[in-house]
Amino acid sequence: MTERDDLKGVNERMRALLARTTHGRDDFEDLVIVPLFAVVVALICGALIMLATAVDLPTIGRSFVALAVGSVGSLSAWSETLTSAIPLVLAGLGLGLGFRAGLFNIGAEGQLLMGGLAAVMAGFALEGLPMVIHLPLTLLIGASVGAAYAAIAGILKATTGAHEVISTIMLNLISFELLNWLLRQPWVQREGRSDPISKSVPDTAALPKLLDFIDPNLRLHAGLFVMLVAVFIVWWLLFRSKLGFAFRASGENPSAANYAGMRAPLIIVLAMATAGALAGLAGANQITGVLGRASPGFSAGIGFDAIAVALLGRSHPVGILFAGILFGGLEAGGRQMQVDAGVSIDLISIIQALIIVFIAAPLLVRAIFPWGFRRPRNGKKGGAA
Amino acid sequence: MDVELRGITKRFGSVVANDNVNLTIRGGEVLGLLGENGAGKSTLMNMLSGLYAPDEGEILIDGKQVAFDGPSDGIEAGIGMVHQHFMLVPVFTVAENVVLGVEPTGQLGSIDMKRARRQVAEINEKYGLHVPPDALIEDLPVGIQQRVEILKVLFRSADVLILDEPTAVLTPQEVREFFGIVSMLKEAGKAIVFITHKLHEILEISDRVSVLRQGRITGEGDPKSLTEADLAEMMVGRPVSFTVDKTVADPGRPMIEMDKVTMLDETGEKVLDRVSMSVRAGEVVGVAGVQGNGQTELVEALSGIEKIASGKIIFDGEDISHATVRERHSLGMAHIPEDRHKSGMVESFTIAENMVLNNYYAPEYSKGWAIDWQKVAETAARFCIDFDVRTPSVFLPGRSLSGGNQQKMVVARELERETKLVIASQPTRGVDVGSIEYIHERLIASRDEGDGVLIVSSELDEIMGLSDRIYVMYDGRIVAEFDNTGGKADRNTIGLAMAGAHEGEGAAA
Ligand SMILES: Nc1ncnc2c1ncn2[C@@H]1O[C@H](COP(=O)(O)OP(=O)(O)O)[C@@H](O)[C@H]1O
Ligand SMILES: [Mg+2]
Repeated sequence: MTERDDLKGVNERMRALLARTTHGRDDFEDLVIVPLFAVVVALICGALIMLATAVDLPTIGRSFVALAVGSVGSLSAWSETLTSAIPLVLAGLGLGLGFRAGLFNIGAEGQLLMGGLAAVMAGFALEGLPMVIHLPLTLLIGASVGAAYAAIAGILKATTGAHEVISTIMLNLISFELLNWLLRQPWVQREGRSDPISKSVPDTAALPKLLDFIDPNLRLHAGLFVMLVAVFIVWWLLFRSKLGFAFRASGENPSAANYAGMRAPLIIVLAMATAGALAGLAGANQITGVLGRASPGFSAGIGFDAIAVALLGRSHPVGILFAGILFGGLEAGGRQMQVDAGVSIDLISIIQALIIVFIAAPLLVRAIFPWGFRRPRNGKKGGAA
Repeated sequence: MDVELRGITKRFGSVVANDNVNLTIRGGEVLGLLGENGAGKSTLMNMLSGLYAPDEGEILIDGKQVAFDGPSDGIEAGIGMVHQHFMLVPVFTVAENVVLGVEPTGQLGSIDMKRARRQVAEINEKYGLHVPPDALIEDLPVGIQQRVEILKVLFRSADVLILDEPTAVLTPQEVREFFGIVSMLKEAGKAIVFITHKLHEILEISDRVSVLRQGRITGEGDPKSLTEADLAEMMVGRPVSFTVDKTVADPGRPMIEMDKVTMLDETGEKVLDRVSMSVRAGEVVGVAGVQGNGQTELVEALSGIEKIASGKIIFDGEDISHATVRERHSLGMAHIPEDRHKSGMVESFTIAENMVLNNYYAPEYSKGWAIDWQKVAETAARFCIDFDVRTPSVFLPGRSLSGGNQQKMVVARELERETKLVIASQPTRGVDVGSIEYIHERLIASRDEGDGVLIVSSELDEIMGLSDRIYVMYDGRIVAEFDNTGGKADRNTIGLAMAGAHEGEGAAA
């Protein structure tokens, strides 16, 4: 064989090795079909639960119509769905990133509160700045404070090994009390009020409404763009950047990451801080885009729902975007359902919980919908299942 | 009980895992099933045990055709398999694991653990397994866990025992004991299928051998009339050399020196005790020793995985006693870790990602803060070609590779850059013959390029074959040093030193 032929052979093999393998059918089943079916099964279970609690069939029918209409049935429904989705997606991105790095962060709620609180304070304390500076600065401060708050749990884990599940739960509790206390301080509390409520964020720090030229009641705000940018950045961070590579390696195999010279303590702190920044940003968004001020419990459980969003989205930024919009839709639709059919919005929480149960039990979903999947996993010949 | 496989074919998609395979298994006989990783050994045996159904062909037990619909049918017919990956519940006791699924029941259907324990003890006694019935699985060493698997199969009164690569996870000591058990089972009339890719094991224990290559039987016969070279050729499809061709070393300056290094474990116990050693440029130094005598810790100290308590480590003139893993890596230290699954690779990452696991940050792979994945993929493809890593694509997950190819991937990553010192820990554990030969050649090539090479292995043959100089470790210390130029070190003397015979003579420097 001549050297030339040899070179040709090598080039050919290079080309073969570099051919993109299409994503396997298995990945597709795991990432798309299972979540989709999980949602369907959860909705069916929701209907069954209503039946079991003696709700009559017409009402159940009306509830589901209301759920659909209230989430996607009109411009106002879409506005509500997306408005609810924004903080869920932002916080969910942070949690998903943490999961990828092997951190089970339960503290998004507290980080979101602290970020929101910081945004309120930055909002009214820096009054007078022009909007182009004031608004970004407010959001940035919210994100930084969220990051710092989450970093506490990261540092505790990195230095003492304290498990992040425990420490973030504790930090959540601390943040609730800190919020209540701060809201009664004279420099935070609104003048002339005796109940715990903060001063308002001035317009220069508020995220502009996007659709108020159509109808002033449409709440959708510019946080939508913050959310979309965050989805892209987190995707880039996880799958393109060096830091994200270290995050993922540490999450998948801490020992191999250690052998590869990645420094676990540093990565833990950085991953927690990034997650906290996103949760803080979610809080700041909620304050500057929707609420305009802080009150006790303004986080409304978003940080916990975001855990479900991150799980449903399989810790993938795009998955989290869709999962967040779905959950936002369920919330918006749920409110409509309560009004139209008189069904408690608690049902929505049950449906959301069921979705997670089914996501966590892919085999169950496969068993319910055998025709949706190619073949049983163990490679056994068909027919014998 | 005799079993016959006739014309068995099994396909996974486009892969033909078994192609028209014929095999007979007889009672009171050990059948060695030899083949490289991916040859189709496990698949074939999974069909015999009922886990898979063959696409073509038939299985006959004592001349009667059978069709299994699941592993429980296999067990029913008296065929039991001990899988490559154990299937035990770590928090259960031995007895609980053994009876799991076939629990003897007392009144009211409660589990009669007393009877279970008695039955376990009987089998234990009969085959000399020496397994403590009440110990928790997670507390037992791998070798004993394996016997629990055997016990499980015997408890289900199997007459045919399939042992899938049982020795892959055992130390040489444990292999000896394991062979003892196999002999006892054979005496008792059991039919045994012993799967391995290690030639000398086949020659030692089996009465008959069948060799699989790429799903086909490529050779059969009586091991007594076959040599290792014959078997290797059947297995790999070409003649394989067992001796490593190398010239006499020409050592230069010291690449790494350890000066009275002590390391402690979590409990404060000394795991390295004033260890002094060195590796010079252009020489291969082997570290021999019975497992658990500080070899792992020696490597951890050198590579920076664990901190040392006292002493000094000098790398090419530079004090690196407290340098990080990455600093040492950037200075030119390559490290092939002992346990590639645990520490050498991320199984869910693609081959491309694994190829840059420890130098993804290097300028040549960077675009600002991002990784240049195109560049990484191209480099990975080149590495795969250079190091003969067999895969259809670099975008497949690392776990899709066979053991030998995974190891070649790790070796490629470590050696395909400017290195000064190569630390290879168990470089060929669980690796097929063809790949072993290749990895050895590469290590010698590193030496000839002027690197220092340190090899830690539990296979004394490997140490003797590769090293120019040999240290023996015992109880956290280096107890002896041998010159092995031209292979002149004496195997027996080294063996004695490994057993601690040099104790009290003081460490050779
Ligand atoms: N469940 C499976 N699905 C797809 N391919 C498989 C499966 N099991 C084994 N294979 C393929 O079949 C071939 C034989 O594998 P195996 O029987 O595990 O080999 P061995 O045990 O000899 O190492 C390999 O190419 C392997 O990738
Ligand atoms: Mg196998």
